[in-house]
Amino acid sequence: MTTSTRRTVLRATAWSSLAVAAALAGCSKKDDTAPAAASAPAAEAAAAPASAASAPLKIAFAYLGPVGDGGWTFAHDNGRKALEKELGSQISTTFVESVPESADAERVFRDMVAQGNTLIFGTSFGYMEPMLKVAADNKGVKFEHATGYKTADNMSVYDNRTYEGAYMAGVIAGGMTRTNTIGVVGSIPIPEVIRNIDSYTLGAQSVNPKVKVKVVWVNEWFNPPKETEGAQSLIDGGADVLLQNTDSSAVLQTAEKNGKYAFGWDSDMTAYGPKAHLASAVNIWGPYYIKTARDVIAGTWKPGHTWWGVKEGAIDLVSISDKVPADLKAKVDKVKAGLKDGTFAIWKGPIASNDGKVQVKDGTTADDAFLGGIKFFVKGVEGQVPGAK
Amino acid sequence: MDTYALLLAATLNAGTVLAIAGLGLLVNERSGIVNLGAEGMMLVAAIAGFATAVQTGSDWLAFGAGALSGAIMAGAFGVLVIWLNTNQYATGLALSLFGSGFSAFVGIHYTQERLQSRPHFAIPVLSDIPFFGPALFRQHPMVYLTILFTIVLTWFLYRSRAGLVLRAVGESPESAHALGYPVRRIRLLAVMGGGALCGVAGAYLSVVYTPLWVEGMVAGKGWIALALTTFATWRPSRILLGAYLFGGVTMLQFHLQGEGVQISSQLLTMLPYLATIVVLVLISRNPVWIRANMPASLGKPFFPGS
Repeated sequence: MTTSTRRTVLRATAWSSLAVAAALAGCSKKDDTAPAAASAPAAEAAAAPASAASAPLKIAFAYLGPVGDGGWTFAHDNGRKALEKELGSQISTTFVESVPESADAERVFRDMVAQGNTLIFGTSFGYMEPMLKVAADNKGVKFEHATGYKTADNMSVYDNRTYEGAYMAGVIAGGMTRTNTIGVVGSIPIPEVIRNIDSYTLGAQSVNPKVKVKVVWVNEWFNPPKETEGAQSLIDGGADVLLQNTDSSAVLQTAEKNGKYAFGWDSDMTAYGPKAHLASAVNIWGPYYIKTARDVIAGTWKPGHTWWGVKEGAIDLVSISDKVPADLKAKVDKVKAGLKDGTFAIWKGPIASNDGKVQVKDGTTADDAFLGGIKFFVKGVEGQVPGAK
Repeated sequence: MDTYALLLAATLNAGTVLAIAGLGLLVNERSGIVNLGAEGMMLVAAIAGFATAVQTGSDWLAFGAGALSGAIMAGAFGVLVIWLNTNQYATGLALSLFGSGFSAFVGIHYTQERLQSRPHFAIPVLSDIPFFGPALFRQHPMVYLTILFTIVLTWFLYRSRAGLVLRAVGESPESAHALGYPVRRIRLLAVMGGGALCGVAGAYLSVVYTPLWVEGMVAGKGWIALALTTFATWRPSRILLGAYLFGGVTMLQFHLQGEGVQISSQLLTMLPYLATIVVLVLISRNPVWIRANMPASLGKPFFPGS
């Protein structure tokens, strides 16, 4: 064997081993980020309860993150578990986690249809277009999309009024701050997040008119080191109670490290920072999932927009810390009761934006269309919404 | 005033992660090997370190576990590119992808875990000096060790015999080989050493800096460290300064946002890479600079006996 042929052989071996390495990398990635058509359903079929004699309604969930994220996706999976517990053998559920908001999502939805699912939940904004496409091709399947705005004959939109949780957290923050400065780590400056920041501010001002709110944007839903850096800079800037509209528990843990206060978001995060944790503003998706499944079984399902909050039991402020004084807790309870029976509205005038313009006139209450398009900071928030003039 | 002290403190902390990884990559690039797998190695080390810290409660054992896992991954990479002469860039990318998937897979059960309360560090007396105390003397020991290590590494590369051999291997592996040095083994050692340092950086991120484990948490810091080696024209002291500069830009951006000054964070995110390209353009147009700075055999395979 000459040197050059030996080298060729060596090189061929090397490339093939590289190919194997790459394939391995691809596989391991697929297992937990992109859904592998073969492996995912098999694994989850085992997890689903044994179906009863009458054909159960097959329901599938597509999640943005891993179920162990302790936040957004974790809350959706708790909803799925509540659904299984409530309807038992009438349904069977499966889920695919870490579905990217890309062309892969469409494949996942088509896969779910092919597996015989007749009710499909997509739990992230970015699934809107893929779902619409798949919905148009599969009229017999019902699609439910979280946090979007487009519907079809067989596709509904649902969301929670997360700003109600933010308002209640604000009430506690306003009462607990010593520096009269509280902070928010924002994700992406869209109306939903801006509305939460504003509501947090309004809640804080309801008990402490002097309070100022500082905001930093990390421009991502999920980037723990960046969330940590953002939280640290807010604390360094004097904020002593933090809220985050991001998906990890990093902000709470940063507050814990610095001896400041913070809240849990989406899921109960007490365990991540027992000393810093004041309360958790949680999403409870179970009731909606149960109602939707019941509607489909009964044949009464209709497409539409659903926006549930405290009133329907979809939003709550839970695990309020013992450090929060009783009078503050009572105020939160009052807000909660008011939201439940409809006697209290968060977005009731007069509300001005921080450039002095009146946004909601005295005596009027903002409607859902207004809330859906909020692009301004209320008075008390420092700075401007990025991209706003 | 105090705010600026804290800003400086946060900058040092943020820069430390980048500096440790950057110094590690510098060591293996000085031997002529480019390892694009930094991100993957840091992720695997982050979960290895975090799991160790959860189980044992010791930060130092966690750094050890991070270093070990980084070295193992780098060792596998080294065998592939040094003995089998696979393409360094493709293999490095594969390592990076493998690391992100593998770390997510083994880390599933640790996403809900949290570490015991984190200790606070302060150097007695010095930490009480106004401004300088909170700014400089209340950091994790790793921050000071990194500075010390930069000095040691500079001495090693430019003043020790072993450092000279390492640089010779990176400049001209043929000459080093002709002089009787085991080029491949030296390269493997350098690559594993670099992997170990990337591992320490990953463990520092998940155990001290953030401190938590979630999938994909390194979030691009490995790539910034790679860019940093070029930005610093392969000099340890410049890596340290560059790391503080990049760390400082991030923290300043958040600080300004908190003050209500709007500044585009997207623009700042691309700044390290933009700076790297500028440096590359500057040194590439001048043959003397290129020879003076870039290891001559960087990224090229070496066939002994050819």
